[in-house]
Amino acid sequence: MNVVIIDYGAGNIKSLQYAFNRLGSSAILTNSPEKIKAADRVIFPGVGQASSAMKMLQKNKLDHLIPTLTQPVLGICLGMQLLCNTSEEGNTKGLGIFDTQVKQFSKNVKVPQVGWNTIENLKSDLFKSINDKAYMYLVHSYYAAINYQTIAHTSYDTIYASALQHNNFYGVQFHPEKSGDVGAQLLKNFLELD
Amino acid sequence: MLTKRIIPCLDIKNGRTVKGVNFKGLRDAGDPVELAKRYANMGADELVFLDISATLEERNTTLDMVLKVAEQINIPFTVGGGISSVADVDRLLKSGADKISINSSAIKQPALINELSNTFGNQCITVAIDAKEINGEWIVHLAGGHIPSKLNLFEWAKEVERRGAGEILFTSMNNDGTKLGFANKALGQLSSTLNIPIIASGGAGTIQHFIDSFKKGKADAALAASVFHFNEITIPALKKELQNNGIPVRL
Repeated sequence: MNVVIIDYGAGNIKSLQYAFNRLGSSAILTNSPEKIKAADRVIFPGVGQASSAMKMLQKNKLDHLIPTLTQPVLGICLGMQLLCNTSEEGNTKGLGIFDTQVKQFSKNVKVPQVGWNTIENLKSDLFKSINDKAYMYLVHSYYAAINYQTIAHTSYDTIYASALQHNNFYGVQFHPEKSGDVGAQLLKNFLELD
Repeated sequence: MLTKRIIPCLDIKNGRTVKGVNFKGLRDAGDPVELAKRYANMGADELVFLDISATLEERNTTLDMVLKVAEQINIPFTVGGGISSVADVDRLLKSGADKISINSSAIKQPALINELSNTFGNQCITVAIDAKEINGEWIVHLAGGHIPSKLNLFEWAKEVERRGAGEILFTSMNNDGTKLGFANKALGQLSSTLNIPIIASGGAGTIQHFIDSFKKGKADAALAASVFHFNEITIPALKKELQNNGIPVRL
């Protein structure tokens, strides 16, 4: 299985690579369109702030490539948010795979949300062998609004989409690579998708 | 529901854990990776590594340690100690740290908080504050709590938030090492005036102290070292008791 992690800037993507190693798999970091196109699985991680991350994607012309991919793609954290239509963070236009908006948490809660929260109403093979209300690790100040593509939701300030799916595109707000054994199961499921 | 976090803290020197650790069955109590694994398996929600190395050479060993921890541990961890530049943070994050914490360097050059937050995102920038209550006023200290600054805890915490910190790790020097409980009054004041998460540190001795830090101190997370290292409190027992007291935890 040929897994690539899209490398388009700074940040902690080593953890993701290690998470695949722990599954007995391996993943390469790359920003090469050829390698990304040829991969069996593509991981689209998130780094820092939405508008600057989008600029980094554009610089590498990855904003055009990603929506054309046909193999299973997993957006993580900001990666998932960039697959949505728009983000309030820096008024960013997203890649429009997920038909929803990314909004900022209100001042009623502490921002960022940091820590372990439950994912509920799980609706995808991505969650095979994972219990409803399993705990996942999250760190974020913006969230995707619930829509018809929502495959898991989480409550913080409001009920929001903590996972989305559209065809071969999957997105998770939490960090599976940092979510203990449950997170590892999710990554394993992603590798085993039909 | 977002749960309250329990965070063991490990002091690191020259890539090894220091201070005695009293765990049965550890092959090497000084090996940070083995300890970190142990804590992750017990249900720790995060880990903090505090680098107390004095030399550059020792610090480079810490980078190797961070790589090894990231390779083997599947929960988040923060690295603090001796960080004073964007380049320092870049190296740590690239080695696999999830968050970094800065302390004295933030006091000496507050703009560093803005710079780090803008470069890496506020989610990975924790500002640690050591403070001591002197004649009724909480005074921020630097250099591991050795040197008093002119800063008031609550004003400094507000500034730290405004400059873009994602989280505050507050250690009460009056409570640290006493095992008499956390500084809940100051914690509560911090938590109600700030809109970022607060980690309570200093004073943990009993399970009740943790309950109080969440109920009275309104902390989002509680950090401790020796009570965990010496097995005086085990994480599964602690979390069970927190749950019995209506505090949301990951079990």
